[in-house]
Amino acid sequence: MSRTKLVLTGNYASAYAVLHSRAEVVPAYPITPQTTIVEKIDEFIETGMLDATMVRVESEHSAMAVAIGASAVGVRTYTATSSHGLLYMYENLWWAANARLPIVATFVTRTLGPPWNIWSDHQDFMTLRDSGWILFMVKDAQEAYDLTIQAFKIAENPDVRLPVGIAYDAFVISHTAEPVELLTQEEADKFLPSPKAIQPLLDVDKPYSIGNLPKADYHYILRKNLWENILDAKNVIREVGKEYGELSGRDYSSLVEEYECEDADTVFISMGAMAGEGMDAVDKLRDKGYKVGHLTIRTYRPFPDHEIKTIAENAKRLIVFSRALSNGKGGILYDDVASTLYREGLRMETYDIIAGLAGTEVSEEDFMKIYHDVRSGKLDTGKSIFIRRGEYV
Amino acid sequence: MGEVIYPVTEPGEGSAGKTGNWRWQKPIIIIDKCVKCGLCWVYCPEPAIYLDKMGYPHVNYEWCKGCGICAHECPSKAIDMVSEYE
Repeated sequence: MSRTKLVLTGNYASAYAVLHSRAEVVPAYPITPQTTIVEKIDEFIETGMLDATMVRVESEHSAMAVAIGASAVGVRTYTATSSHGLLYMYENLWWAANARLPIVATFVTRTLGPPWNIWSDHQDFMTLRDSGWILFMVKDAQEAYDLTIQAFKIAENPDVRLPVGIAYDAFVISHTAEPVELLTQEEADKFLPSPKAIQPLLDVDKPYSIGNLPKADYHYILRKNLWENILDAKNVIREVGKEYGELSGRDYSSLVEEYECEDADTVFISMGAMAGEGMDAVDKLRDKGYKVGHLTIRTYRPFPDHEIKTIAENAKRLIVFSRALSNGKGGILYDDVASTLYREGLRMETYDIIAGLAGTEVSEEDFMKIYHDVRSGKLDTGKSIFIRRGEYV
Repeated sequence: MGEVIYPVTEPGEGSAGKTGNWRWQKPIIIIDKCVKCGLCWVYCPEPAIYLDKMGYPHVNYEWCKGCGICAHECPSKAIDMVSEYE
């Protein structure tokens, strides 16, 4: 059986990845722009293509509660949400991580209200930054498909055992169709064997309780253990990405995607859909002889400190684009990068660009304008700079 | 790679030790009134009530925290809650 290439939206690509991963339980509550993922999965179930149970819950909080129960008995579990749904799910998202349950979820990023807004913004996703979830942000439908399959393998690794989230921008990726190459079911089955029930919590012959009252000293050790495991997961992500690359021809052995960074004196850093505009801007600036590169943060947690350090050592300045803002502090991705530089003992020009908030478009012209304004000394290093459709605001 | 530690506990003595000394009142079962329905045994959250071969309930005072749920549920009012301090 040969591989097929279909024209799929990001959401349908995610649904096909769940089909090929043979997820067994999918509890979900609909919210724009996530809805078409779980609609498609339901279609797979109803037409007999996927042997899974869709649990129609009354809220996102319940969706994650069902996911926790299913995953705790060793069943491969998937769900998806966005924006206010993600925040409604929030308590149980942390519970899933601390209970060490290998749930996989897709988070289609969408602006938080009020006012009401369905367009993309990374603020909802960034609330998971410290939760213990392994977090990816992808920039096209193919990556959404590829990383969702890898996510199950990473989550279920006995040295990791953490939930994994795959995020991408509302509509720009979730509802935009593009060609996606799919694995055959045989290939997917070989790459991703059935999950092993490492902790069968509801086994009546070997009863456990999960999340019981501990002493504080013991709880501290659990927290430290999760910290060590999520850092060690960097190597698992690289190994799984390499294996997937050998299978599919699309390599994921790095936590980041470097574009023209080798000899660059200036490197843009961004994540999600806007990375595509960043790379287009690099092409145009390179045509004019400027030594510019772009670094896409694909693995957001654990954070790619080593990769950023390597880029920073060879560059003069980093321009970081954040689509989410820590109110009262600055661009969230910028602060991540700046703290990595400080911890690694590196001092350099860094620029904090806040772009694309509330779903405003970020264009290659924005990247080029920022580049020229940085080079002519118009912008201050370390200050949060807000740009909206080519204008500073 | 490090091992994964799960927040999981097997049945056994809790990390807080024997909890009977948390109690300020204790359940006293009046066997003459007991109808052996077993509701006290079902509802005890610890569980610190066990049933003997005849089906009569008894309290394990090493673990009973004195919450009083058994007395509340007992349909024949066969359980009295008695202060530990009088």
